[in-house]
Amino acid sequence: MAGHISPKSTYYAVFAALMVGTAITVAVAFVNLGSFNFPVAIGIAITKATLVILFFMHAKYSSKLTKLLVGTAFFFLLVLLTLTMTDYLSRGLKTYPGGAGGSGYGVRTPSATGGAAAAPREGAH
Amino acid sequence: MWLFLITEVLFFGGLFLAYMLYRVWYPVAWAEASRELDIVLGAFNTAVLIGSSLTMAFAVRAAQTGKQRATVVWILLTMALGLVFLIVKYFEYKEKFEHHHVPGPDFAFEGPQAGPAQIYFSLYFLMTGLHATHMIIGFVILAVIAWMAHKKRFSPEWYTPVEISGLYWHFVDIVWIFLFPLLYLVDRAGHFA
Repeated sequence: MAGHISPKSTYYAVFAALMVGTAITVAVAFVNLGSFNFPVAIGIAITKATLVILFFMHAKYSSKLTKLLVGTAFFFLLVLLTLTMTDYLSRGLKTYPGGAGGSGYGVRTPSATGGAAAAPREGAH
Repeated sequence: MWLFLITEVLFFGGLFLAYMLYRVWYPVAWAEASRELDIVLGAFNTAVLIGSSLTMAFAVRAAQTGKQRATVVWILLTMALGLVFLIVKYFEYKEKFEHHHVPGPDFAFEGPQAGPAQIYFSLYFLMTGLHATHMIIGFVILAVIAWMAHKKRFSPEWYTPVEISGLYWHFVDIVWIFLFPLLYLVDRAGHFA
């Protein structure tokens, strides 16, 4: 097993980048970016994880097979998260014309479920 | 080892999914409950774990270049940092018990968000607990590797155990890189409060 030997400076540089990333993510967390706080935090985390995988775990210097395996892991994680979230996040949307009124279709609040029974539901079937 | 780590990605992935779904349903509870966590300890532990990844990378490098003594020293340093992480985690858990933030009959949380907040803390303990379990396993593995390196079992031609235990350790670090913003930093800015 003859692996690639990275210079120490590479590791120090990656370490510094990871620490800077941590500092940024903590600082940004206290700034109200509205709905952008979550994507920013996750974006920084993904960047940090990528650095660890590429340089600390030597994926950058690994065989194509290893790279494919790493890609597979995150591909299926993405499938798991995306498919489930497209379902859950779209449940509050009015998905068909003449849908169930102003309260939105399928929103899980007590008023929506209580009100839906009383409200006229022309479009529902 | 990479194959094992793929199964681990989806193992933790399921928990991340559960976290995201409940967060979509109960954003306010998530905001309130996450603010109960100690951000200083969380950030400190993040730095400690990243540092331990650095020392682990140096341990693998020392093994690659045939420096057995240095390998032992770097692994022991990695273990020490891992121990610091776990000790801090212990005090965080202790604080949760004192504040009745542990899900169960004794759970207490002020305000109307008590129910969903309990779900948050269930996920908090499940995710950090599973992570800590991985750290303890990693600690034991590193102890064995350090002993093997001490006995001069490795060479630049064969250092596979050092390399793959390094992969495991870095993976555990990556999990924390995601847990930290998700559990500690969510909604600190008060978007939902």
